[in-house]
Amino acid sequence: MSLDQAEPAARAAAGSAPREPALRGGGTAGRRGRSRRSGRWWTPWLFLAPALLLFLYFKFIPMASALTMSFQDVQPYLGNRWVGTENYATVLQSHGFREAAWHTVVLAVGETVGAMSLGFALALLMEGQSRRLGFVRSAAFLPVVVPLAVVAELWRIMYHPTGDGMLNSVLGLVGAGPSGFINDPDTSMASIMLTGIWRGAPYDMMIFLAGLTSVDRGLYEAAKVDGASRWQRVWYVTVPGLRSVFSILFILAAIRGLRVFTEVFLLTNGGPNGSTEVVMTLIYKLGLEQNRLGVGAAGAVLLFVATLILTIIVQLLRRRESK
Amino acid sequence: MSAPTETALGLTESRSVGGRILKAVIYLLVLTVFAGPLLALLVGAFGHIKDPTQLSVVPKGFTLDNFRIAFDQGVLKYLLNSFFVVGFGLLLQVVVSVLAGYALARKVFPGMTLALVAILATLMLPEEILALPLSVILSDLPVVHFNLIGTLAGMIVPLGAWGFSILVMTEFMKDVPRELEEAARIDGAGDLRIFAQIILPMCKPALGVIGVFGFTMIWDQYLLPLLVSTDSSSYTLPLALRTLRIDPAVTPGVVMAASLLALLPSVIVFLFFQRSFVSGLSSGALKG
Repeated sequence: MSLDQAEPAARAAAGSAPREPALRGGGTAGRRGRSRRSGRWWTPWLFLAPALLLFLYFKFIPMASALTMSFQDVQPYLGNRWVGTENYATVLQSHGFREAAWHTVVLAVGETVGAMSLGFALALLMEGQSRRLGFVRSAAFLPVVVPLAVVAELWRIMYHPTGDGMLNSVLGLVGAGPSGFINDPDTSMASIMLTGIWRGAPYDMMIFLAGLTSVDRGLYEAAKVDGASRWQRVWYVTVPGLRSVFSILFILAAIRGLRVFTEVFLLTNGGPNGSTEVVMTLIYKLGLEQNRLGVGAAGAVLLFVATLILTIIVQLLRRRESK
Repeated sequence: MSAPTETALGLTESRSVGGRILKAVIYLLVLTVFAGPLLALLVGAFGHIKDPTQLSVVPKGFTLDNFRIAFDQGVLKYLLNSFFVVGFGLLLQVVVSVLAGYALARKVFPGMTLALVAILATLMLPEEILALPLSVILSDLPVVHFNLIGTLAGMIVPLGAWGFSILVMTEFMKDVPRELEEAARIDGAGDLRIFAQIILPMCKPALGVIGVFGFTMIWDQYLLPLLVSTDSSSYTLPLALRTLRIDPAVTPGVVMAASLLALLPSVIVFLFFQRSFVSGLSSGALKG
């Protein structure tokens, strides 16, 4: 990715131009020679143009317009009016937004921790080469590739709140329940979390499995010779060896958690009684159902700032750790 | 027994009776928890399910009625919409990624760092955060003034450039030996020729990775189609599931039949290209 990697190689390529062996890598004559063969200065930009144009239209202009909208009272056909930081004040002072922000954090932390611990446990239990194990792992991975909309519709049916609903029958076997799941304000959040963990854990498992292959086998042998128990081996050899995997998974999952939308929208749409309203479902309602685009945009900008801060903190921590 | 592969827990190598039983129990439990619900969906799609409580992993009878009713509700149309979006979306994404990857991997030019930073920055700007302004911009694209709301094109072009695919292509194209390119240049080949006939054919594994990830990414889109579609004629299948469920005349069995159609393409792609998928997962996540 870095320039210093590509440069020597490129210089070698330029220098190897035939009949000009003396002009290694520099000089005006060499440059002219290269431009005839490998195109002009704008050739790379021509190759990059489609990507940059699409990014400009669908990433950078929208981001700029989110920023401007967040300082405006957006009125289609009437013209927008600058209102300063009023939208931000509205958002930050509204009880609904603060509730939603808290729900989002709870959901993100719960899903991240749950999926990572379960994924790590699964990876430890299913590490190995056998063909049967490969089959079990592939089957366990299926939830990750199932579209989120299907996951949500399927779990809605499984969460059927009467005693003979699918998950309630399972609860009945161990003498618990019946639970209202997504229909009960007390359990709705935990139910969404459970669905999220079900879909997230196998993903984490695969990443952990990839990380486990790079842990030095010799250390396991050494630990065995030193009389370490199985758990000591995991705790003192495996976990430190996977440190970078843990931090990468954490940041990916936390950022994904902060912008959760589809599963909440489909499972509860914020209900019952606002108990599962998250930032994105609130922004969707503000912007597209109530047409308060300015206030919605302010919420979106705050969400962006939160993910940015989170990323920076984790990057700083990682840099400090590696020093 | 082949060469002993030591694992962290040592459970996999265990040959004792207790270890074997423990392994069997764990595998069964994992299969039940993660594949069980999907099996129930499969059984339910082909069963007489009039009520959510009848969901089960044990088949009782076999019927295609759910699919028949689903098709009467327009599911075939939604499925075709989904295929249209994923087909053209993936085509666009792959073309854009290989072109950008070629420039970033094989060229050194002023402003290259800026281009790389811009591409990395887009990874911090997911659709969710941009949802509201995106819906405004899609209704009136700056400069060209197209209205893409209500069209399938509106669900395709915003996904045309994806930072992840570009970075995967760039990393892979860097590893193609310089000698091949030099030899072609001596023979007088231009950039387009080198790109199409030397670099691209060497990048088939990477094309597999971005193809599989692009497919699942586009197929799983929900918020973007939700913003773009105005009526059921432009629904994709994932979007239509909710409408089906809300319709009181539609039984859960029909919803499950439609859900099965919505999940089959991505599951089939995963099973066929599992190796690309797993290698992309680890490279994408571990390289950060």
